[in-house]
Amino acid sequence: MTSPTSTTVTGTPYGDGRAPDTPRAAGRVAPGNTGSRASRVLGILALGSIVLLVLYGLVWSPPDAEMADSVRLMYIHVPAASFLYAGCFITTVASAMWLRRRTPGWDALAGASAEISLLFAAITLGTGSLWGRPTWGTYWTWDARLTSTALLTALLVGYLALRRLDVDPTARSTRAAVLGLLLVPNVIIVNRSVEWWRSLHQRSTLVKLDPTIEGQMLVALMVGFLAVGLVFTWLLVHRFRVAWLEYQSERLDLDLALAERRAEAGHAGEARESTPA
Amino acid sequence: MWRDAALVAGRDLRVELRSRVTTNQVAPFSVLVLILFAFALDPDRQLLERLASGLYWTAVLFAALLAISRSAAIDETDGVRDALRLSGIDPAGVFVGKAAAVAVVLLGLEVLLGVGVVVLYGVDLAGAGLVVLAALAATVAVAATGTLYGALVSGLRVRETLLPLLLLPVLAPVLIGATRAFEAALAGVPTDGWPWCGLLAGLAVLYAVAGALAYGTLLEGS
Repeated sequence: MTSPTSTTVTGTPYGDGRAPDTPRAAGRVAPGNTGSRASRVLGILALGSIVLLVLYGLVWSPPDAEMADSVRLMYIHVPAASFLYAGCFITTVASAMWLRRRTPGWDALAGASAEISLLFAAITLGTGSLWGRPTWGTYWTWDARLTSTALLTALLVGYLALRRLDVDPTARSTRAAVLGLLLVPNVIIVNRSVEWWRSLHQRSTLVKLDPTIEGQMLVALMVGFLAVGLVFTWLLVHRFRVAWLEYQSERLDLDLALAERRAEAGHAGEARESTPA
Repeated sequence: MWRDAALVAGRDLRVELRSRVTTNQVAPFSVLVLILFAFALDPDRQLLERLASGLYWTAVLFAALLAISRSAAIDETDGVRDALRLSGIDPAGVFVGKAAAVAVVLLGLEVLLGVGVVVLYGVDLAGAGLVVLAALAATVAVAATGTLYGALVSGLRVRETLLPLLLLPVLAPVLIGATRAFEAALAGVPTDGWPWCGLLAGLAVLYAVAGALAYGTLLEGS
């Protein structure tokens, strides 16, 4: 049910109907694979920072006075949670930009960011429960933060389920963009209301993280932020490029199908012109 | 916009009235949910009475999922979507109309379930003002959110399974707020419940505005 105007994507190399293997499309805008010099450097930096994090987190930093060795989980847990929220924010911004510009890059960015956010949500919940077991004596508690993170995970799963559907790409992008636009507002609403709910019913019975951490532990946490941030960025870049390639191949299939139709209809000359080699 | 909304709401309600799906299927289903809760929790009067608010709103949400699915399904057949697009009706009007129709259906179901809770769970009604206002605000919030998300999944083959996944996490704050407000009212301390009623009203306004703004994009883009 798409009108011709809405399928014509402006601002892309294919908007003018050229075949996708023109030099400009292949060289400048869409990469032929997901690696590049910059992303390789980024990957090496990410690996290096992970090694540094392992050393700081497991060897060089002292155990906590109260939480003992389980505090080491925090060096991954806290950064992962932060970048989970950053990823949701990117998805919402990219969705808004897609609704404004209708260029496929923003759609790809929104989807890539949501997928990686889900991974980080799993890491956050996993490390959180492992930390909770020795500290609180239970894997799960109806703490405001835990509950709202679980709901946030459900929101991300729903968003990605909508993206997976095999329907007309433009319709899918529109729906995903509206859903993505609502993601951060929903996260905020859910978070606030759950926080309010829990705080009214029970005073804070849980051991809160000591806000004044210092010395080697602070360094370890900072290294954690660096390592997790680099990994997040590297994953995002590559997932985005994979999405770009998927989009390209969809276009290619469409062009091939169009060319076949034209050939069938007898316009052989026209088909030869627009068929990719 | 309001005239368009009244037109669309009238159409949806007329379809509901004539097809009788709500009265013959959704309403019995929602009462059945109340009975199933009693089976699951063992019909201990005190326990059921204590949990009544939460069970009531859970049952309302389940029934709402069906009502919202129905409302979205109306527009899927016979090219109704295209007709709506071509008719020049304001998309925001379509949204408000559909949400209003869902809200009317939900209010009917809530009255039925309220009677069910009083009869089956032995709840003593108290704090009528808070109960009515909280229920109204929660109903508008559920109807507005549901209509928006119903449009997101309409026309898809998997919409029956996708709608609950998308909608229920978003409605979690409504469930929390409505349950707390009802608990406060039934416990005879309505002052505890008014902040929750305020939260529900805020959510209702927020989702109604978001839906009215986004509906046009959804109607055009699919």
